[in-house]
Amino acid sequence: MNEDTILDVRGLNVRFRGNGRETAALRDVSFSIGRGRTLALVGESGSGKSVTSLALMGLLPPNGRIAAGTLAYRHRDGRVLELTELGEAERRRLRGVQMSMIFQEPMSSLNPLFTIGDQIGEMLFLHESMDAATRRKRTIEMLELVEIPGAARRMDSYPHELSGGMRQRVMIAMAMICKPSLLIADEPTTALDVTIQAQILDLMRQLQKDFGMSILFITHDMGVVAEMADDVAVMYAGGVVEQASVDALFNDTRHPYTKGLLASIPGPWRRRGDRLVPIPGSVPPLASLPPGCAFAPRCGYAEPRCREPVALTRKAPEHLAACILEGVEAP
Amino acid sequence: MTNYLIRRFMGMVVVTFLVLTIAFVLVRLAPGDPAALMLGPDATPQDVMDLRASLGLDQPIFVQYLTFVANAAQGDLGRSLFFDNSVTSVLAARAEPTVFLSLFSLIFALVIATPIGIYAAYRRGSALDQSAVTTAMLAASVPSFLTGLIFQRYLATELGWFPASGYGGPDAGFLDRMWHLVLPSITLGIVNSALILRFTRASMLDILGENYVRTARAKGMSERRVVLRHALKNAGIPIITVVGLTFALLVAGAVVTERVFNLPGLGSLVVNAVLRRDYPVIQGTLIVVAILYVFINLLTDLLYLVIDKRVRY
Ligand SMILES: Nc1ncnc2c1ncn2[C@@H]1O[C@H](COP(=O)(O)OP(=O)(O)O)[C@@H](O)[C@H]1O
Ligand code: SF4
Ligand SMILES: [Mg+2]
Repeated sequence: MNEDTILDVRGLNVRFRGNGRETAALRDVSFSIGRGRTLALVGESGSGKSVTSLALMGLLPPNGRIAAGTLAYRHRDGRVLELTELGEAERRRLRGVQMSMIFQEPMSSLNPLFTIGDQIGEMLFLHESMDAATRRKRTIEMLELVEIPGAARRMDSYPHELSGGMRQRVMIAMAMICKPSLLIADEPTTALDVTIQAQILDLMRQLQKDFGMSILFITHDMGVVAEMADDVAVMYAGGVVEQASVDALFNDTRHPYTKGLLASIPGPWRRRGDRLVPIPGSVPPLASLPPGCAFAPRCGYAEPRCREPVALTRKAPEHLAACILEGVEAP
Repeated sequence: MTNYLIRRFMGMVVVTFLVLTIAFVLVRLAPGDPAALMLGPDATPQDVMDLRASLGLDQPIFVQYLTFVANAAQGDLGRSLFFDNSVTSVLAARAEPTVFLSLFSLIFALVIATPIGIYAAYRRGSALDQSAVTTAMLAASVPSFLTGLIFQRYLATELGWFPASGYGGPDAGFLDRMWHLVLPSITLGIVNSALILRFTRASMLDILGENYVRTARAKGMSERRVVLRHALKNAGIPIITVVGLTFALLVAGAVVTERVFNLPGLGSLVVNAVLRRDYPVIQGTLIVVAILYVFINLLTDLLYLVIDKRVRY
């Protein structure tokens, strides 16, 4: 694993039990995140983004398991840890301190019965031994850092007294207070309206500048990708179909699915009045994927050889795609 | 908050008033003349007339009603037709076994049911979960008089571990009396614990699937802390609700349990009062229980307020 890589995911397979059988939710997911960089994980709903993030955190639901793959994580102290080999107690010591997570649902991700200050301060209680007064001081500082007005007063508020945007700021404060080196954000702004979304994205970029952490930014919005990401991994039906720097992905698109995603959003290159071109069809049920390329049923370039297994291959330096084609013309 | 308390207090006054009215009407509707009943079959019509006059039964009905309410407001619920004593004193003399029986059985139910319910929910589908749910279902379906009889037979009569019945006699000390309540409390507690267990399990199951429980895990705390701090507090509200509701069950159960174990409590008092047509005592018990019920309701609502700051009355 490269010295500048903080997390390297190789061949990650996650399976879920249910109705007496096991189905694959992730099929050989591979990507890596550079130190201090932001990797966007994009894909339509149901492509396995959340499952990937939960597998990284060690928080898969009881019916899910990692069936294969490695998750190499570079600890703050320089050691490289294989997360899949750690016991539950060791995983727990990493959570919140080394890698933190914020979730899509700001309205329901905070405990309704504890104050904001209590919930953020609990991180310090759990991971850093300090007295209550110091915890309170640090918590107020953190609330100020995420730009919550009247931080000292807000400490004693309950989640229901805050707007969605404010709650997401609280989640960010909670995730960041122990200065993790990796922040996983699962669609942190999807539930928020556009202005608030922009503010939260600004805040995250600012915090990244201050704290220097890496971010795994999960989204289905290519506009947000353009704004936030250094690198992008595109997921389809439980697999990564393309990974590249954000520039390369937008300007030298190699996978027809990525091309479809780019075409389906309004972008600066799009004239007013142009019709959005959504990708026809929908993600097939994971239990009944076609053999070979999973995107074939929806792909305008599909050929008979797409029914053979298609691996993620290098199309250019630092540019991987899982397609028989060398590339597709820019959208 | 103060406003709320005032409103609740007014509500309690209204309910009490209604209860008094219902109790009054019920007894007037009952067959038989109380004075004739008190005096027995040998009394002359003149005796009955005299007693009716002294009881105020010859007054117009609304005068009787007002007198009744006015007296009740001062804690005077009339005189027992059977005992030579006021209803209040009769009730007071019989309250102890019932109060402690209810209290102990509730404590027993909570101590048994909540931890098992929490654990069963946490390990849903496990052998322990399944056996807990099955046992609870069985326990809830066996009538408590049967459980009581079985306990009495095996744990008391055969093994001699506990007293089989009674309240220790007139000279029994406090501890001895309480010792006589152990089997009855368990008997009565079993039915309630089955209910509380199922409720605890169900509400914990709901809560454990909540997003904030996932957040708690993501914060890097132990499972123990996730469950006992973040989940349990949220499950507390439905649990308190069901505990409040089981109070009604407790009262009904106390009547049966006291019969089985021959305890001189309010339950057996009211059963005997019915058999003897001792209307003032029936009336008095009804009023006391109803007021207690309203009071417990208020208590659970106030507990919500303490636990959940979203609750605004
Ligand atoms: N708890 C679960 N049990 C069974 N299958 C699940 C579970 N969670 C997710 N999955 C499967 O994983 C797929 C990917 O889900 P998810 O990662 O949430 O998608 P995304 O976040 O990209 O929208 C789902 O379509 C579903 O089939
Ligand atoms: S492999 Fe074939 S079907 Fe799959 S994306 Fe490429 S061209 Fe389309
Ligand atoms: Mg998701």
